[in-house]
Order: sequence, then structure tokens, then C-alpha cells
Amino acid sequence: MSVIEISCLEVWREISNYVDDDVVPELRARMEAHFKSCAHCKAVLDGTKNVVKLVADGVEYDLPSGFSDRLYRRIKGK
Amino acid sequence: MGASKPRLEVSEAELIRRVCQGDQEAFYGLVRPYERAVYVAAVSILNNPADAEEVAQEAVLKAFTHLTEFRAEAKFSTWLIQITINEARSRLRKDRRHLYESIDEPRTDEEGDYSPKDFADWREIPSETLKRDELRNALKRALASLPLKYREVLILRDIQNLSIEETAEILGISEGNVKTRLLRARLQMRDALAPGIDGSWSTGRPEYKKVRPW
Repeated sequence: MSVIEISCLEVWREISNYVDDDVVPELRARMEAHFKSCAHCKAVLDGTKNVVKLVADGVEYDLPSGFSDRLYRRIKGK
Repeated sequence: MGASKPRLEVSEAELIRRVCQGDQEAFYGLVRPYERAVYVAAVSILNNPADAEEVAQEAVLKAFTHLTEFRAEAKFSTWLIQITINEARSRLRKDRRHLYESIDEPRTDEEGDYSPKDFADWREIPSETLKRDELRNALKRALASLPLKYREVLILRDIQNLSIEETAEILGISEGNVKTRLLRARLQMRDALAPGIDGSWSTGRPEYKKVRPW
């Protein structure tokens, strides 16, 4: 049984929800069929997944040195 | 020799009760698990460590003085980050350097579709192939280049790992709006990062491989 085709534009609208596993099974199947035949959308999917992984792994903000001590002192001073 | 009792974790509700009775030390215990989250929320909006520390600390003190207004049905962390984001936004409004950045929310521009660029043949996870510092800096630059409303959503969802529901609550927008902004944020991050990662950084190729067949 074939799935109903979906356009690139519709795929882009849902690609972030797809990565979050937040699409209904019927839409998921249509998107997966599309990724098999559309190199551009597959590349957008891979790139979006990479962004999610890289942001989670690679964005680190170090707390400024002494941050906790200064915060503690300010709370104590209240 | 009496076995010393392990120190029991005190619940947030108990800490809040103690603070409301005047125990300042209990407040530090309450916010300590979230101090990094508070700082990250502030720095991601302000892009400046010194301003971010000041805003983060002001936000924590504001939470302290307003703790009696905290509703028990909310999560304390959500409430604290919400205060931080509001403080950071109000700092941006006061800061003339950011006049160009729209903090207020035009609703209409989210209805338009965003077309991802087509270089885009970015298959591998490149973290192993890149120097860590280079990647970190590229990520920060890409994040800083996002419009604020997209950056906020990306930080809360993909760095702080908050749910769609919590993100919506903190930002005071609908869950649908969170999803739309997250889509836009991720696609713009991809467009900002893919050329460096797919092109010059990892392969040395001067041009990006076009994958669109027309």
C-alpha cells in the first residue's frame, strides 16, 4: 500500500517535529517515503538532526569564576 | 560509635516553606541546582558574561523577595527561569546597543515558510572531525546570529532540555508558537553551520556540494 505523496514545503514545515518524534504515524510514513526519494529534504533532515545534537553537546557556557560565592553572599546580605 | 545518618534530601516544598519563615540559607539550597540554568538563560539572551551574571543574580534575588507569590502548582525551576528571561529582556530593552533586535513579538512573520538552503549535504556528525574550540565558537556565533525569539526557544528546548509545555509557559507563548520558532531556529542554525562543517572545516573543498537536481 503506497502512502500519499507529500511536498518538500510540507516536509520542511514538519521537519523539526519529526526530529522530536512529534508527528502522527501517518505523517511520519509520508515523510519517510519522501526522504527516500528527495536528496534535498534528506540533507535538510540530516542537518537538522546534527544541529540538535551539536547544540546539546557543544554549547557550553562556563559559569564565571566565583559566581556561586557572589550569589551566596548577595542572598546572605538580603 | 553511632552510624551517622545520611543527610536526607530536603524537598523543594520544604525549602520554600523554610525560606518563607525567614531561613536565607534554605533559599541558597533551593536555587543552587538551577544556578547554571539561570546563567545560561541570561547569557543566551544578552551574549555578554558580565551582564548575564548581573541579570542572573538580580533574577535570583527577585525570586527570593517574591517567593511568597510562587504558586505551588508551578515548578520552581520554570518560575525562576521565567523571572530570569524577563529580567534579561528588560535589560536588553534598556540597552541601546540592541535597538535593532526585536524583543516584542510580531506574530505575523512566523506564518511565512522558511526555505532551507540547498548546499546541505551534511551527512556526518562532525564533532569528532572538528577541533572542540572551533566547533564551540562556531556554535556560539551561529546562536548569537539568531533573532532573539528563535534563540530563546532553542536554548530552552535544545540546551536546557525543557519540554514544549514548559518552554511555552516560560516565554508566555502558545505551544504551537514554540514549535514554529523551534523549527525556524533549527533550520537557521543548520544554514549557519553547514557551510563551515560540510565545506572548508572538514573536507577542505572550496565549494559546497549542491544536492538539488535543478
